[in-house]
Amino acid sequence: MFTLEARATQSAYASWLSPLLALALTAITGAMIFLAMGKAPGVALYIYFVEPLTSWSGLSEVAVKAGPLILIGMGLSLGFRAGVWNIGAEGQFIAGALLGSAPAVYFFESTNPLILPCMMLLGILGGMAWAAMPALLKTRFNANEILVSLMLVYVAELLLVHLVQGPWRNPQGWGFPGTRMFPDAALLPTFFPGYRVHLGTLIAVLIPFVAWFVLTRTRFGFQVRVFGSAPLAARHAGIGSTQMVWATLLVGGGLAGLAGVLEAASTIGQLMPKISPGYGFTAIIVAFLGRLHPVGVLLAGATIAVTYIGGESAQISAGLPKAVTGLFQGIILFYLLAFDLLTRYRLTRVSARGNAA
Amino acid sequence: MNDKPLLQLTGISKAFPGCIANDDIDLEIAPGEIHALLGENGAGKSTLVKIIYGVLRPDQGRLCWRGEEVAIDNPASARSLGIGMVFQHFSLFESMTTLENVALALPQQDLDQLRERLETTARDYGLTLHPDRYVYDLSMGERQRIEIVRCLLQNPSLLILDEPTSVLTPQETEILFATLRKLAGEGRSILYISHKLEEVRSLCDRATILRGGKRVDDCSPAEETAQSLAEKMIGRRVESVKGHTAPAASEVRLKVTGLSVRSDEPHGTNISDVGFSVHAGEILGIAGIAGNGQTELMNALSGETGRPQAGRIEILASDASRMGPMARRQLGAVFVPEERIGQAAVSDLSLVQNSFLTSAFRMGFVSHGLINWPGVGQYTDEILDKFDVKATGIDALASSLSGGNLQKFIMGREILQSPQLLVVSQPTWGVDAGAAAAIHEKIQQLISAGAGALVISQDLDEIFALSDRIAVISQGALSPPRPTGEVTAEEVGLLMGASRTTSETASHVHA
Repeated sequence: MFTLEARATQSAYASWLSPLLALALTAITGAMIFLAMGKAPGVALYIYFVEPLTSWSGLSEVAVKAGPLILIGMGLSLGFRAGVWNIGAEGQFIAGALLGSAPAVYFFESTNPLILPCMMLLGILGGMAWAAMPALLKTRFNANEILVSLMLVYVAELLLVHLVQGPWRNPQGWGFPGTRMFPDAALLPTFFPGYRVHLGTLIAVLIPFVAWFVLTRTRFGFQVRVFGSAPLAARHAGIGSTQMVWATLLVGGGLAGLAGVLEAASTIGQLMPKISPGYGFTAIIVAFLGRLHPVGVLLAGATIAVTYIGGESAQISAGLPKAVTGLFQGIILFYLLAFDLLTRYRLTRVSARGNAA
Repeated sequence: MNDKPLLQLTGISKAFPGCIANDDIDLEIAPGEIHALLGENGAGKSTLVKIIYGVLRPDQGRLCWRGEEVAIDNPASARSLGIGMVFQHFSLFESMTTLENVALALPQQDLDQLRERLETTARDYGLTLHPDRYVYDLSMGERQRIEIVRCLLQNPSLLILDEPTSVLTPQETEILFATLRKLAGEGRSILYISHKLEEVRSLCDRATILRGGKRVDDCSPAEETAQSLAEKMIGRRVESVKGHTAPAASEVRLKVTGLSVRSDEPHGTNISDVGFSVHAGEILGIAGIAGNGQTELMNALSGETGRPQAGRIEILASDASRMGPMARRQLGAVFVPEERIGQAAVSDLSLVQNSFLTSAFRMGFVSHGLINWPGVGQYTDEILDKFDVKATGIDALASSLSGGNLQKFIMGREILQSPQLLVVSQPTWGVDAGAAAAIHEKIQQLISAGAGALVISQDLDEIFALSDRIAVISQGALSPPRPTGEVTAEEVGLLMGASRTTSETASHVHA
């Protein structure tokens, strides 16, 4: 018999060591899976984890994929720190993309340079509006934000499908679902010809530093930390729980919405029935892998992005199924949670009872 | 009585990560003896009795029961030897009756038979118990009686009681002592854990004194004075604290009228129609047994539980009834709740961050939403220095401080904000004697400087030592405050123990 016993002290290193160990064990487990599938594990792992980082185009693709993950993950980590469990970032991402794309859809011949800032603003508002629903229901009726935010994902997805097949469908699109291509003025500038790295990527890299400043230097950031780790102390210090639920959900939703419009206005350039490979859900892994810390989220976003790009190249050059990407992300989360459990608890053996009693 | 000790411990040691709780302790309990285990908080008393009761296992040392070496692996084996224990925190189900709670702890048996045994045992030892009353409806003293009777039904040779009087009124304490003497007269032994010296002197035959995990002395408490016992327990001379000098002024710092608050806890106590005022230069003490509405009153005063159901709270002549905690602080009040970890302080934040928690606005540490951390750091240094807080520095985590040091830190954080009103609950609960004296002195200094204070405490000695006027809270109602010189501990004790029925009769008499 084994039992879990709470540790008296938690090592500060362990908290940062566990993501690294989780990644290492994921690689080992992955190698075993590749072996079972009859692939050379060394080659497969190389294609998966290393190859994306060996070329400029690979790095550029990793950065492009990391952008939305970092933006969403950053917003989520703020909420998770405060104990507000927003699981519906995917829906807020789509809502942001929808509202943010409206100017590009309606003014499809616009050349006005102001259209882009306007879209970004609307994207943020769209994400916020979607997150406001769980916030309102939680603060007014004590509805669980996990369920409400998650269910709203499906509403957002259906709304997107409805729009791109109906009112917003490209009249010259031969009946395919999807909006018109955005005008050039509504597309994010790229920095290097031939590479897809764009302004959104830069914003995504800067946001964690802003978040770090907010968390360490502002009263709001302090409130988030206190609210999450000691709700009664927060109440004692006059930090209202209604305000914190609203604030963290709006910030999380706003960043997810921004990520959504940046994605629509860059790599896709239009709205389609499916605009996200599950960024909103994968960002939950990013937030925890990054220890809810701004710099951690930045690194974790890049790491998880590698699994996306590696998964794509593994499909092409090693003939591996696409499901391997999701498999890897799942294994990482599994090991991470296991190590986190072990940093907080120790496994002890319980001697067989009965001889004494 | 024979000469062979009932229980003999030799060289018991037990270490936890970061501290040695018991260091080579010897202890001998004779049959029929009431033996005191005396020591401050953190002296290792609880660890030692947990070892005797099989909750913990010693790292080293031997336990002999009736002369034979035994290994007590768990509470069940302790009970089968004949050891019973009444813990400080009761293990009773509030939503079950007395009889059901007793039945749960015993091997399965007929409830009617058990009811009879329960009533006989209770009567034999002078303990009044109603088998069919629900526990949530019972006073702490009555709950403790359930625990004691539950032990007695198992016919123990040794009964261990951990700080049994901390929840009792003076009258209930007398009943308990009579029961314990009767048990000892039957040849049962009692191990009595306490830090209250007068009790130990009047009740116990022998005392083993622990300090810092070591056994420092073994004596006959009746032959000692309270002063000499205290010196052995603390390890140095204790000095009594001087009172404050400022006379009570007419200026009202806190005025509460007709306050009613519904508790947000299940089985919590509602506050009903409470009224009192605190003037500048005086301390109003509110005595009462835990769970009689102190927490609800404290949170209502600090503004943590929102708007009260009825009544008015005025802080420095401003109506604060609808204000949040920070706005009330801005009026000139500071609050120290009973819960240190999790409410007054956040354990996984540093001391600097914890000082910012309540001083943010009163000390002007925020401008345009940005925190002036260097300023907070200086303030924290000042707290550590002036309140003699032992910590590795201002970046130490709150969780790294001992109970006494953390309370000194919290008191420092509030008092150095130079408040006009201090509201504090259990200022020295679980704090060692040295720190308690320091905290009392700082409160007195603040009052001498012209502030007013409301002190809520379960500790009658503390209430009498600090207060100018005393009121008693019982079942959520407050007795009219009376000057300290005009009330006795017995009168206060009666008010503390006033049950719902007697307080109703009392109010009829007044009417």
